[in-house]
Amino acid sequence: MVWLGHFNYWIVIFLMMAGFYTVIARGNLIKKIVGLNIFQTSVFLLYITMGKVKGGTAPIVPEGGGEGLAYSNPIPHVLILTAIVVGVATTSLGLALIVRIREAYGTIEEDEIQEIEDKSS
Amino acid sequence: MIAAHLPALLIAIPLIAAPVCLLLGRGGLAWAWSTLVSWLVFGLSWLMLQKTLISGPFNYELGGWEAPFGIEYQVDTLNAFILLIVAAIGAVVMPYARASVNREVPAHKHTLFYTAYLLCLTGLLGITITGDAFNVFVFLEISSLSSYAMIALGRDPKALTASFQYLIMGTIGATFILIGIGLMYQMTGTLNMADLAKRLPAVEDTRPVMAAFAFFIIGVSLKLALFPLHMWLPNAYAYAPSVVTAFLAATATKVSVYVLYRFVFTVFGQSFSFDVIPLEPILLVLSLAGIFVASAVAIFQTNVKRLLAWSSVAQIGYIMLGVSLITVAGLTASILHIFNHAVMKGALFLAMGAVYYQVGSVQISDLNGIAKKMPYTMFAFVIAGLGLIGVPLTGGFISKWYLITAVLERGWWPVAVLVLLSSLLAVFYVWRVVEAAYFKAGDNDDVEVREAPLSMLVPLYVLTAASVWFGIDTSLPLKASTEAARQLMGIGG
Repeated sequence: MVWLGHFNYWIVIFLMMAGFYTVIARGNLIKKIVGLNIFQTSVFLLYITMGKVKGGTAPIVPEGGGEGLAYSNPIPHVLILTAIVVGVATTSLGLALIVRIREAYGTIEEDEIQEIEDKSS
Repeated sequence: MIAAHLPALLIAIPLIAAPVCLLLGRGGLAWAWSTLVSWLVFGLSWLMLQKTLISGPFNYELGGWEAPFGIEYQVDTLNAFILLIVAAIGAVVMPYARASVNREVPAHKHTLFYTAYLLCLTGLLGITITGDAFNVFVFLEISSLSSYAMIALGRDPKALTASFQYLIMGTIGATFILIGIGLMYQMTGTLNMADLAKRLPAVEDTRPVMAAFAFFIIGVSLKLALFPLHMWLPNAYAYAPSVVTAFLAATATKVSVYVLYRFVFTVFGQSFSFDVIPLEPILLVLSLAGIFVASAVAIFQTNVKRLLAWSSVAQIGYIMLGVSLITVAGLTASILHIFNHAVMKGALFLAMGAVYYQVGSVQISDLNGIAKKMPYTMFAFVIAGLGLIGVPLTGGFISKWYLITAVLERGWWPVAVLVLLSSLLAVFYVWRVVEAAYFKAGDNDDVEVREAPLSMLVPLYVLTAASVWFGIDTSLPLKASTEAARQLMGIGG
């Protein structure tokens, strides 16, 4: 069962495609942001998965050395912490924009907004 | 002593200045502060370019951590030149911003606007200077998030939807870049660009590396608005406040082009990018398609800012065409065009900002007879517009000349013919604006419309003069871009 060994990666690809599809296919702006979040989360999972070492523990040196212990790679975790912050910032900015779009147009459906814009120009 | 820390200061100053700006409160202080910082950054970047031209590339280890472990800033002629372009545009646009922002942005948002501008400047400079792949992503998001916020400040409610669309596309692009960097890290265990360049050839046949390349290039192409991934650009530029449009049009896409140069040539290497992956025909076809489609669409626009934005997509085509040649001459033309286009487009958008300031619209139909009322502004528009077409004695001519020479050097004469033909399309869209401004009578003689204030005209004329100056005395941009192209291709150093 080789493909089961790559379980995490299958999940990553599934989430990535599901999120990406939602961003493209949904007309509701909130759903777009949700899709974008799922898409970004899949990448977080990708990074965290690649940092895992089989049988590895947390990368903390125990008292008295701890030689011969395998550690998971902490760098991808740290990197993705930054990306999570970026994701939160993007989501909040996106939601703030949606609030203002709703105030200006009275709707958050893409096609209805498009209709209003076409009429005004 | 301080001179040794130039690269760090270049990023640290605007980054720290941003929160300070927020504390300065309303009034002119925030503006004065960001102008001061912009000029300081401009001075620093000038010093760095001189340093690289005299003593060659140098690097800076942040916090004293050695290169593959810590984050490193690497400065060579290419990124010193791009840094100079970004900083110079910032320094020129800022004095202009005062009047324009007062008119276009509600007063209680001014401080936030200048803070976002400083963050955007930090991000753009950071992307350019860093030698660490993940750091590119972080700075990219700093600049993108702040530019979404700035675009949304436009008066028209369409600015909101334009910003939202840019946010979606930009985030997809940035996430693709993140996937690419992740896969590179997975295969090599390093994020340092120089180190990546050393380790990637050993694993270049593997599928993750190819996937990494594909994700990365598509992500960057979204950010630099390579046709057909440009859909976010026209609306974002058309409805953003004039200052933001002028600043972003001249810098943001250019910095993304730099990232593409860096990864295609330095990190992945020429042989991988063009032999293993057929990037050459892809770029060639997309850039030519971009030049023609975007120029043609530009001709039919009724909003001048939108017209200029479509023209930007076309100009990106010329820049990428230079890359697809994979020769020193092609890259030189490409880098030269980044410089000249930044200057010309900056001037054109500043001219339209001045028109918007007085007229309150940039629809072509509202510009009838405007040249009589705003002669200086429209004269600058004409001069910069001539540069866009590529008329001799302007910067635009020089970069097109080098581009065509480089194309002929490869023996692709049909492409050279196409480049010349596409210049005709530029004649059409520039002419439409000129025709309205000079040869059509105004609907009503509105006495309200006068020439723009001096604080807007001076920056406008600085850029316009630069577009002519660098068409006659080409020594600085030519020297820097030739040197940069040679370094990219790995010839000399």
